[in-house]
Amino acid sequence: MDSAVANKYVIFKLENEFYGIGINHVETIEKMMDITRVPKAEVYVKGVINLRGDIVPVVDLRERFNLPMADSFADKRIIINRIDEMMIGFIVDSASEVKDIETEDIDISIVADNFNDGFVRGIAKDTDRVIIILDVHKIIGV
Amino acid sequence: MFELDQYIDIFLDESKEHLENLNTNLLELESNPSNIETINEIFRIAHTLKGMSATMGFEKTAKLTHKMENLLDDIRSGQAVINTKMVDLLFEVLDRVDNFIKSIEATGKEGSLPIDDLIEKLENVLAVEEESKAKEAESSQSKENEVYIANVIKSAKAQNLTSYKIKVMLDETCMLKSARAFLVFKTIEENGEIIYSNPPTEDIEDEKFDLEFELIVVTSIKVDELRNKILNISEVKDATVCEYSAEDITMEEMAEQPLAALPEALEVDMLEEAIEKTSIAKEAESSKKSMQQKEIEIEAKTDEAQEEGEQTSNRKGKVGKTVRVDINRLDNLMNLVSELIIVKTRLEDIEIGSKNQNANDAIEYLETITTNLHDAVMKVRMVPIERVFNRFPRMIRDLSKSLNKEVELIMSGEETEVDRTVIDEIGDPLIHLLRNSLDHGIEKPDIRAKLNKSEVGTLKLLAYPDGNNVVIEVADDGSGLDIEKIRQKALEKEIVTHEKLESMDEKEIASLVLMPGFSTADKISDISGRGVGLDVVKTKIESLGGIIEIETERNLGSKFIIRLPLTLAIIQALLIMVGDEKYAIPLNNIKEITNIEKDKIRSVEGRDIVLYRGKTLPLVDLGDVLEAGARERDKNDINVIVVKKGERDLGIIVDDLIGQQEIVIKSLGKYLKGINFVAGATILGNGSVALIIDTNSLFN
Repeated sequence: MDSAVANKYVIFKLENEFYGIGINHVETIEKMMDITRVPKAEVYVKGVINLRGDIVPVVDLRERFNLPMADSFADKRIIINRIDEMMIGFIVDSASEVKDIETEDIDISIVADNFNDGFVRGIAKDTDRVIIILDVHKIIGV
Repeated sequence: MFELDQYIDIFLDESKEHLENLNTNLLELESNPSNIETINEIFRIAHTLKGMSATMGFEKTAKLTHKMENLLDDIRSGQAVINTKMVDLLFEVLDRVDNFIKSIEATGKEGSLPIDDLIEKLENVLAVEEESKAKEAESSQSKENEVYIANVIKSAKAQNLTSYKIKVMLDETCMLKSARAFLVFKTIEENGEIIYSNPPTEDIEDEKFDLEFELIVVTSIKVDELRNKILNISEVKDATVCEYSAEDITMEEMAEQPLAALPEALEVDMLEEAIEKTSIAKEAESSKKSMQQKEIEIEAKTDEAQEEGEQTSNRKGKVGKTVRVDINRLDNLMNLVSELIIVKTRLEDIEIGSKNQNANDAIEYLETITTNLHDAVMKVRMVPIERVFNRFPRMIRDLSKSLNKEVELIMSGEETEVDRTVIDEIGDPLIHLLRNSLDHGIEKPDIRAKLNKSEVGTLKLLAYPDGNNVVIEVADDGSGLDIEKIRQKALEKEIVTHEKLESMDEKEIASLVLMPGFSTADKISDISGRGVGLDVVKTKIESLGGIIEIETERNLGSKFIIRLPLTLAIIQALLIMVGDEKYAIPLNNIKEITNIEKDKIRSVEGRDIVLYRGKTLPLVDLGDVLEAGARERDKNDINVIVVKKGERDLGIIVDDLIGQQEIVIKSLGKYLKGINFVAGATILGNGSVALIIDTNSLFN
């Protein structure tokens, strides 16, 4: 992996927490758009969107992490990821920055005992806030 | 050194194509060994393969094809005669090369399989051929000689000359045998003429003989006189001289070498006879085949198809003006056309209500062009199904041999064109069905004989276009499916409940073999009968948007009918509303659209049905199936779309109809694969996404 990309993370907000996903999977960040419901899909799959001609499924991370449903925010975003040649969007409350986080600043020891869902890869400390680093593969279940 | 890597794809593509052709031509050669055109074609393919693989540095392939080319060259020039063993060997070579090519594709190397064994075999065939050729030449020469001798003797007799056979034995201590022999020759030639010598004179001159040699001489002098003259030559130990007549020739030959000559002659005769017999049989077979093929064509009553078929067979060997295109580029082109169609639909939406005649005209024209463009791109993607069918004759040949069954494979409609994606996917399901028919359907020859059937089973593989579909049939004249056994097995494996089974007709019961975990074979064989496969076939075909049906009759055979959509990317669909959601239903699944009154719907065992056109029509409410939530339904008239799956009909209740539209099918992607009732998605004119309903899945 390119080291310039390896340590870069897209930081976004869900409820009151900050989360980060590795930028190497992120294609674009889109504003909220019309989502077509897909019947019989998992609850957290909100449906599919038309991303410039491509059909892309979107997952609501609030539902995925069992967070309470919230009223729609004006700055809700869909982070489009490409994971194993598969396009998938994550709905988040807001997303605005890209941060460099050194690998040694990510505490992975805490994960094994405390987060059974397995979405969390580690916890990064950034001046006065905590950023939860996510494992995108675990989120989509591959 | 130029970079070879960039050519590897072309090399692989072309090699595969050549191997396919080779396979076809070898089968042709087997059924028609005397066709020089086929041999030429095989030679050309081997030659091309050799050149290509040598250039790419694949030495094993190059060496093997080189030897193969040698053998074919001999056959071509008439120096070797084709036989079954040779064809088998050529098939073996083909398989090995095929293996190399596959290995190159996977790993970039030819793999570890040896070539020496096959090269040895190829060389042996060549050597045996040469030997027998030499023998033949020898024997024909000696025959010529006999005739010559007989003629000379006869004419000599007419001139009152006598013929003698002289056997000369030289002294064991003789140092210069050829010099002595020369003296003998000289002495005799002073008094007569030597018409035959054994060993031949050249050999005697070269001292290539032991101590004896035989001569046939025509002379006017007496026996004793001749003998004395010979004995007078020094170092001649003994000489026997006896009178010789034309009649003696054949008799003597037989008497002298009864053990050596007779069996050989017999062998040759028998061989010739056998060859003659097989070639007659094969001729009969092939003419029978062509007759049957004609029958089918007449049955189909499509003169055009026949013409096309003839064209295809004529096409072989001709070089077409074609361009090899990367499938990704075609996909890209297809996507662009799809986008164009979406934009066109959008324009149409905007123009609704517009009174600008010019704009309407332009949009209409645009519609024509996009439709034509779509057709043109589709056609580029279409490939004759021949590409898939080609490998089956070989497979059936090998399989029937290993099963000790005799089967004739009849294929027709190879020129039927299907989308490239179908070609890539349909091979495995067809292989499975063919194997299934061969293994479970067609009986062993002795059983067939008892049933008053021809001992040779028939396996038919047909393809033909039918409207917007392509139909592929795999039919055998074997035992058919055992409905009773299927019934038992289905209960045993709990595939279906007792009650449900009671209500099923024979056709529905037969289709249970397509369910997961089903197998009727009592014995598990290598070929099929593991209970996996037929359900995989069904899944595969349904994933291609097609359906599969079974027709079967006890002891008459069974038929698997596959129906696939002609194009996969752009279709005509009906847009409908369920609640406030838009969905698309492919038009070719729709039988009709109708209105029925709500109070006519009856509920039987929890299923809604309605009497429609004198038949009961089961109904499903699409809103319920798709969990669209509560919707108002105050009208008494409800919209019902009647869809078909094979012979069965189903009424789908929808909330509203929007209209017919050309739509581009897009996949929901890997993440959402396996979602029930949805076959894909399409982008509407306003940019929103509508899901496409998989009507087949609503039947369950």
